[in-house]
Amino acid sequence: MELLMFYGFGLLALFAGVAMILSRQPVTSALLMILNMFCLSALYALLDAHLIAVLQLLVYAGAIMVLVLFVIMLLNLREKKGIITKHQASLQVVGVAAFGFFVMTVVSRLNTAALPKSKAASAGFGTVEAVGRILFTDYVLPFEIASVLLLAAIVGAVMLAKSKV
Amino acid sequence: MADIFPGPDIFPAGMLPSLVEMMAKIIFIFTMNMGVFAPLLGWVERKQSALMQDRIGANRADILGFTVFGLLHTLTDAIKLLTKEDFIPEGADRPLHYLAPFIAVVPALIAFAVIPFGGQYDLWGHKTNLVIADLDVGVLFVFAVASISTYGSVIAGWASNNNWSLLGGVRVAAQMLSYEVAMGLALVGIFMVYGTLRLTDIGVAQENFLHWGIFLQPLGFILFITCALAENKRTPFDIPEAESELIAGYFTEYSGLKFAMFWMAEFLEMVTISGVLVALFFGGWQIPFVSGAALARLFGFLGPNLAQVAVMLVHVAVFWAKILLWIFILMLIRWTLPRFRYDQVMKLGWKIILPLSLINILVTGLVMLLVK
Repeated sequence: MELLMFYGFGLLALFAGVAMILSRQPVTSALLMILNMFCLSALYALLDAHLIAVLQLLVYAGAIMVLVLFVIMLLNLREKKGIITKHQASLQVVGVAAFGFFVMTVVSRLNTAALPKSKAASAGFGTVEAVGRILFTDYVLPFEIASVLLLAAIVGAVMLAKSKV
Repeated sequence: MADIFPGPDIFPAGMLPSLVEMMAKIIFIFTMNMGVFAPLLGWVERKQSALMQDRIGANRADILGFTVFGLLHTLTDAIKLLTKEDFIPEGADRPLHYLAPFIAVVPALIAFAVIPFGGQYDLWGHKTNLVIADLDVGVLFVFAVASISTYGSVIAGWASNNNWSLLGGVRVAAQMLSYEVAMGLALVGIFMVYGTLRLTDIGVAQENFLHWGIFLQPLGFILFITCALAENKRTPFDIPEAESELIAGYFTEYSGLKFAMFWMAEFLEMVTISGVLVALFFGGWQIPFVSGAALARLFGFLGPNLAQVAVMLVHVAVFWAKILLWIFILMLIRWTLPRFRYDQVMKLGWKIILPLSLINILVTGLVMLLVK
């Protein structure tokens, strides 16, 4: 059952990701990205990481993507039929080559590397308490640095917006 | 792959009772929401607004002269909405236009899964926990699902190819984004006081009347109910569908059953909000000054199992009575206050509620530190 759900959501996530890149409508792309995030959240839930799953839904799919959609709608971005210039074409070739190389490296590595034996999640794994405890003990420094980084971003955004008023 | 996801046996021993219990709970909640609240709240709203505005109210629809307090209007509404032409405007994004009402309704139904509508009871040796999904993340799940339902309105506004709809959709996005943050922060105090996010644990902790959330977190309660009203998009926060400015906002271009689905989503959200309010601030299924054990003693003459059943039924009834009371109060607010202006809504969210909720967290933390 879990395996079935894993493949279902995994394939849907892959489909949504690829379709998002291929879609020409900005709104459709954004919606497919939401679908992708939703599937990722389901995968987290399958891994017993319930808090991460809910936060993924709440923060990324729920808040950040609303903002993305809001901006797209505010600027009223519709379908764009651009002509691929020569410069762009060569860039596309480079991009495809780089991605192919990346995929090949990953596949060859995964083929040779021995995956660590998975363990069943310990009791209380992924609960709010467990994640909170780890966040405020082992990872307190990265956690605080991230919060300072976000604060700097907020202050920067306020400064940029203020100068225009 | 098989050893990466060691799934449990599909049917371990003793699975059948839990399966039956699960189905019964899901069917119960579904019928309560779709069968009772979704159709009847329209009637309640009409009657209540009539009462408040000194009118007689919905009383015209009749079968052979019987009007049944205007209840038949619900039936005529259903017939009308079912038989109406389903109109899709020219230039609309057809798949998205079709999808939007579903995205609005489904989350409103799912969110109720984590709200406990009763405690834990020992029935014939089978532990029954009256909540569909007893999640550790608890109320966060409600928020996550509610944030998904936002897309219903936003997509509806976008897909209709209509400027009023689009403006409504943009307003929904802005309003939801602003109030979601404050709503989450308003509840942090509650989580700190009870030390858990699990709604069943919070319900158990409120057995003592003086430990109800409303007494421990009065400011958190006021902030939360304000944000919840804003998330519900009803007056005074109905700027996304302000009739005098935007016709009907994001659902201007909807008719028939799809229009009814937006309507239903609004009512179901109201039920869910009331459910969260009751579970967090009003003792859930608990009766003031009467503990579950005392109630079981009262029904003791029925024998241990039937007494538990009686206690369960009383608790479930108390829970729904509290929900009804809150729906009534939410409607009272709706028919009392005028609509805010767009800038007022934004100002209230970011400049008043957000700082106040942060102060609430700080004060709660300080008090907890001093008490301990």
